[in-house]
Amino acid sequence: MLTTIRDLFRFSPSFRFGSLILIVVAAFVLLSAFSPYEEDRLRRKVKRNLPPSADFVFGTTSQGQDVFWSLTFAIRNTLIISGIAVFIGRGIGVSLGMISGYLGGIFDRTAQSIVESVIVVPRLPLLILIGSILRGSLTMFTLGILIGILDWAYPSKRYRAQVLSLRERDFTHTAVFSGMGSFKIVIREHLPFIIPFLLADVISGFLFSIGIEVTLSYLGLANLDSPTIGTMIYWGNYYQSIPAGRPWVMIVPMVTAILMVLGFYLMSVGLGEYLDPRKRLVRLTAHAGEGAQDDDPRKEKDDAWAP
Amino acid sequence: MNLLRTYILPRILQWALVIFVGISATFLIPRLSPINPVDEMIGRMTAFASIDPHAVVSMRESATALFGLEGTLLEQYGRFWARLFTGDLGVSFGNFPRPVSDIIGAGLPWTIGLLSIAILISWISGVFLGALAGYFHDRRWAQILERFVVVVYPIPYLIIAFVLIFVFAWWLKWFPLVGGSRGQPGLTWDYISTLLYFGFLPALSLVIGSTAFRFIMAKSLTTTEIASDYVQYAELAAVPKRKIILFYVARNTMLPQVTDLALSLGALFEGALITEVLFAYPGLGFVLYNAIYNADYNIIMGITLLSIAGIATASLLIDLLYPIFDPRVRLR
Repeated sequence: MLTTIRDLFRFSPSFRFGSLILIVVAAFVLLSAFSPYEEDRLRRKVKRNLPPSADFVFGTTSQGQDVFWSLTFAIRNTLIISGIAVFIGRGIGVSLGMISGYLGGIFDRTAQSIVESVIVVPRLPLLILIGSILRGSLTMFTLGILIGILDWAYPSKRYRAQVLSLRERDFTHTAVFSGMGSFKIVIREHLPFIIPFLLADVISGFLFSIGIEVTLSYLGLANLDSPTIGTMIYWGNYYQSIPAGRPWVMIVPMVTAILMVLGFYLMSVGLGEYLDPRKRLVRLTAHAGEGAQDDDPRKEKDDAWAP
Repeated sequence: MNLLRTYILPRILQWALVIFVGISATFLIPRLSPINPVDEMIGRMTAFASIDPHAVVSMRESATALFGLEGTLLEQYGRFWARLFTGDLGVSFGNFPRPVSDIIGAGLPWTIGLLSIAILISWISGVFLGALAGYFHDRRWAQILERFVVVVYPIPYLIIAFVLIFVFAWWLKWFPLVGGSRGQPGLTWDYISTLLYFGFLPALSLVIGSTAFRFIMAKSLTTTEIASDYVQYAELAAVPKRKIILFYVARNTMLPQVTDLALSLGALFEGALITEVLFAYPGLGFVLYNAIYNADYNIIMGITLLSIAGIATASLLIDLLYPIFDPRVRLR
């Protein structure tokens, strides 16, 4: 695991850059613990509509909130919502995909037709329907659960495909013929292949959930009292901050959202490259001759053909 | 005949299943919630005015009937389907007695128009730009393009649209802030030009995100494709590069893109809903937004139902057209 991360840092600029952004984001999350205001008492604490200054780094809002400290809570809450959603969505997706991949037969066919059906169903209208019915009683946790319940179909398909291909690999046959138990094969031989996929998939789950959270909050369907990236944009828009000449109220959460998704996405790009077997070859040759890698003509050629 | 049995029939069965599951979910979700929409509505109506208690009772009865909430769950379910088959989606509460189907019908052409133009542009430009950037991956312009796409791709629709509005509609004032058209509807240039003028930014916001997605997919498909023997052979045989890309590589990368288009229609439709909300474009998304504010459940349900049925049908059509694109399916 540690060598994997070290390799990723060394060979993938996008992973390096993405994780740098996420470290800054994580720092904000940690800062939320040291906020001078309490999370549910952010309003009417400071003078309204102040531009960014030394006292208020990102200015203040029309509700008398300090944008900087609101942002620390907002990042944390958005990540909590997405985290719950990803945990539930991947939980269902991984287990369903792997079970139907290993079991096969009638279970697999039934599960696949259900999955195919769920994939085509547009999720946002359903979420809006649920959100508008539960309006007011939709907390951060229920929102996360809701997003998670609607985001498992596509991942499960990918895990199934992974399992199906792993089952046919030579090393699986070797393990079966040498008398290894099925459970042991799954844990020892197949899981190491599944886990990197899981990582990349978790990241794309975060991308989806952050987008949905921002969208639902903008529509006014989330709990508007708890600060998230989406509700910050909602209130900024509600008080017409841009036409009224207070752009910082909206630019700050929007730029944060962009940086967050970008950080996650760059990390997943780096992981994807890492998972690509052709790139892995390049990396292995580089490992073999640590000092001499620069003047190795083969490396350049390999690079040219890899994505 | 074989194609019919192995490909078309299962696909149609699946389409029926999707619609059945989707409609059942739309039926069940409001009924599983702890909040009674009738009480909600009456609470809102009586919040600001004192109403005669008898009137409240009769109001509750008519609201229960309107929502179709009489009898057991199973009876309600049966009536729900019966009403759907006659095309009756109930009446709107926000614009009382106007039927929901009427309101949706007014918004639908706008959404379909916006969505189909955006899909067409983004699909074509994404597939070809991706193929070009994948083929000339060591050129400078291809690398700059890819950097740009990688940054744009993960940004949520909402934020892309917001940025476009602020920059082009509010700050530079190049495009209108709200609306879909101006003047008397008709097939005159005056009217059509306002359609284009008002539709440009909403369409652009949709095109940016989905082109980025197509581009990334097309590029990685192209990268695998150009490593195959036929491309190397064509290069050795000095076939013009233009011809290799357009007639061989791009054509081969299109097939998975067609399949994926069917799968991603739902996401594009979701994007269109948000775009319409932000640009106050008079399509379904804008109707939906107003319905959320007025707690107009019948409209929200109607749009949910229609979007599930519409997306499922559209992706069925794409899948049924697939054999035309892929000769291998045709031969089997």
